[in-house]
This record gives sequence, C-alpha cells and structure tokens, in this order.
Amino acid sequence: MIKVNNISKTFGKNEVLKNISTSINQGEVVAVIGPSGSGKSTFLRCINLLETPSAGEIWIKDTEITNPKTNKQMVRQKIGMVFQHFHLFPHMTVLENITYAPQKVNKLSKENAEKIAKNLLSKVGLLDKMDSYPNQLSGGQKQRVAIARALAMEPEIMLFDEPTSALDPEMVKEVLDVMKDLANTGMTMIIVTHEMNFAREVANRILFLDEGVLLEEQIPAIFFNQPSTVRAQEFLAKVL
Amino acid sequence: MNLDFSQIVPYIPFMLKGIGATLKFVSISILVGFILGTILALCKITNKPVLKWFAAAYTSIFRGTPLILQLMIIYFAIPQLTGYDIDGFLAAILAFGLNSAAYVSEIIRAGIMAVDHGQTEAAEALGIPYKPMMLNIILPQAIKNILPALMNEFITLTKESAIVSTIGYLDLMRRAQIVGADLYRNFEPLLVAGLIYWIMVVILTKIGSMVERRMRYSD
Repeated sequence: MIKVNNISKTFGKNEVLKNISTSINQGEVVAVIGPSGSGKSTFLRCINLLETPSAGEIWIKDTEITNPKTNKQMVRQKIGMVFQHFHLFPHMTVLENITYAPQKVNKLSKENAEKIAKNLLSKVGLLDKMDSYPNQLSGGQKQRVAIARALAMEPEIMLFDEPTSALDPEMVKEVLDVMKDLANTGMTMIIVTHEMNFAREVANRILFLDEGVLLEEQIPAIFFNQPSTVRAQEFLAKVL
Repeated sequence: MNLDFSQIVPYIPFMLKGIGATLKFVSISILVGFILGTILALCKITNKPVLKWFAAAYTSIFRGTPLILQLMIIYFAIPQLTGYDIDGFLAAILAFGLNSAAYVSEIIRAGIMAVDHGQTEAAEALGIPYKPMMLNIILPQAIKNILPALMNEFITLTKESAIVSTIGYLDLMRRAQIVGADLYRNFEPLLVAGLIYWIMVVILTKIGSMVERRMRYSD
C-alpha cells in the first residue's frame, strides 16, 4: 500500500533521514521507534507530505506522491494524522472540529457530517462533549477528539506522531485504547511512539531509526527480545 | 475667562451634522483599510516574491509619508494629473482607507504569525485548501489575538479623520472651525467638537471590548 524508496531529507546541512526504504501493507500497524532526534517524526511527516523528501520516492497505491505534479491535497485527504499536541481548532466546538473538513473538503451536507461525527464521538466515548470547546477538555479527551477528526475524513492510512507524549500519565491509556480499537478494525497505521509496551502489543512490525538511518525492521517479538544491532540493544536497555 | 456657550446653541444642529459626515467616511475607511490590509497581510506571508515585494513597498510608502500629504495628493494633485475632479468624500475614503491598510496589514501579519503553526499543519493534514484554511481557521484566531491592536488603529483613524477639514470636507472638525469663524469665538465650538470626538472614541472602545468579550467564549 505504501512504498518508500530511498528517501532522504536534509534541513540545510543537517541530514535527518538517510536513504530509508520500506513498504507497508494494507491493514498493517507499524510502530516507528528510536531515540529523539532520530528522524522518526520527519519520516512520518514525509508520508503525508508535511515534509517533502529531498530525494527518493514514496508511492501510495499507484500514485507517486513525491512527484511534484501530484496534488498534495488529494493525497492528504486519504491520510489522517494525529499530532503530539493535538492541534484542535480552538475556536470551534468539538463537533465543528470534526465536521469542518468533511463539509469543506468532501462536500458532505451538514447533517451527514454531523451523523458521522456523532458516530465517531460515541466510538471514542465523547459524545457528551460535542458542544464543548477544546480548552474545556483534558489532554486525553483532546487527543481522542483529534483522532475522531482525522477519522471523519474516512482515511485509508492513519499517522500518529507521538500521540501520547504530551499527556498526563493517567490519560495515556484512554488514547491507546482508542488506537487499539482502530487497529482491530484493520486500519493501516504508522505510529511514532515511546510507548514500548503498546508497540509490542499492537504493532505488526517495528521500525527502529537512529540518526536518520533505518537500523532495524522486525516483528515486535524478535525486536524486543533479540535486537540485532548494538544501538537497538542500548536503546531498549534504557527505555524498557 | 469669558466662556459663553449660549452663542453656539443655534449652531449645534450644524455641528451635529458633522458627526454623521465623520462617521460615514470613517466607517467606510475602516472597512476599506481592513479588507485591503488583510489582503496585504496575506501577500506578506506568501512565498511569492512579487506579492511580498509589492506589499512591503506599499506599507513602506503609506507608513513612511504623512497622512495629510497623501490626502492632499489624492485631492489636489491627482485631479491635476488626470483631469478627474475627485470629490472630498471619495478622496477622504481613499486616503484614510489606503493609509490604514498599511498599518492594519502589519497588525494582521503579526496576528497570523502568532497563530500556532500546528494549526496550519492540522488543516493541511486534513486536505483543507489554502483559502478556507486561512478564512475559517487561521484568521479567526489571528483576529481574536489582535483585536486590541485593531481597535487602537480604528480609534486613531477616527481621531485623525479631523485632517479632512483641510480639504474642505464638512466633517465635525471643519464645522467647528466654521462656527468659530462665524462667532469670532473658537474655544466653545472646539470644546464641543472635542467632546464629541471623545464620546465617539469611548463608544468605539466599548464596542471593542464587547466584541472582545464575545470572541473569548472559547477560552
């Protein structure tokens, strides 16, 4: 479904991603882990073109999205993204946050968009908050709304950029549970995370990045028990 | 001290008409300045060099020369060049609107820059095109933050509007001067004019804090 061919990304002289290649199948849940500054987020942001790779190609189905002629908006409509800091629209209610893009982009009627939104809100357990404003919500609730907002566009792929890193510890679980449910529906997901237990439990595959290099690509059972590179061994020794 | 307000009583209706005249062109100028200022602000933040350059040059010129000079050029000098006899009202709107746009564009630009970049990214990630993103997501947040600065600009414009008296436009200021010349007494009409300007600004300030309060509902 997603094919990444030798992508690199440089910011000025700083080479953040070095020649990364991988492919991700439909319905797969891939966790991207690694030390901070390893390029995990940049890698994720390349997939919906929030960053443009300096070299290499990314294919989604039959479209080379890195081709300058590709319509970025069309690509992004099929890829949902959840950010570390939620980025809900603060001047809109929860319901408006979720219904805005489906109405504006997918040209749904207000009634249809609200029907979808309410359905998603009840799935993430926040139907009673639909008329609240984002700053009336807790971090965990904001993130669940952000997930519902992304899902309202009916994406084929979901990207998560450290979705629980900005949360108080007691709120991490409620967000991870929503993500787990989503994984069980067969959604293709790429998750940048520091939650090793979650990665081990939910991911089909682990990508381990260090200094912009994809050092290991392995199923969780093997990666967490017998990491093959020294760097991954050191990293896991620190975080587990 | 021989203040005598009784003498200007017959002139009061004449002076009060100036309020309407002032308000009319000030409100239109504010509107012109705001719309044009928004467009200029958007030009300043694009990555198109031509638009950026144009907006920067525009701001530099209109902020870098006296407003009264701009008004004079529009009212006296342009007719000499084009032969079109511009009337005072239109000249006033043009001068104040174009001038205000330069200031407003800087205020709005700062407001847009202050909106968290994550908002743009979130909108982009949802596939929302640039125009609705700006109009419905970025600008409402920007304007909420810059409302005090905008109000300041509108208040300044209201007061500076007195400059149109120099092109003979019958605004509040000009009428006060006429009354003063008629009576050979200047203190009373000017005091009345001053009071009216002050009341207008107070009302404007009240409206501003009302709007501000309404926009804070989401905090």
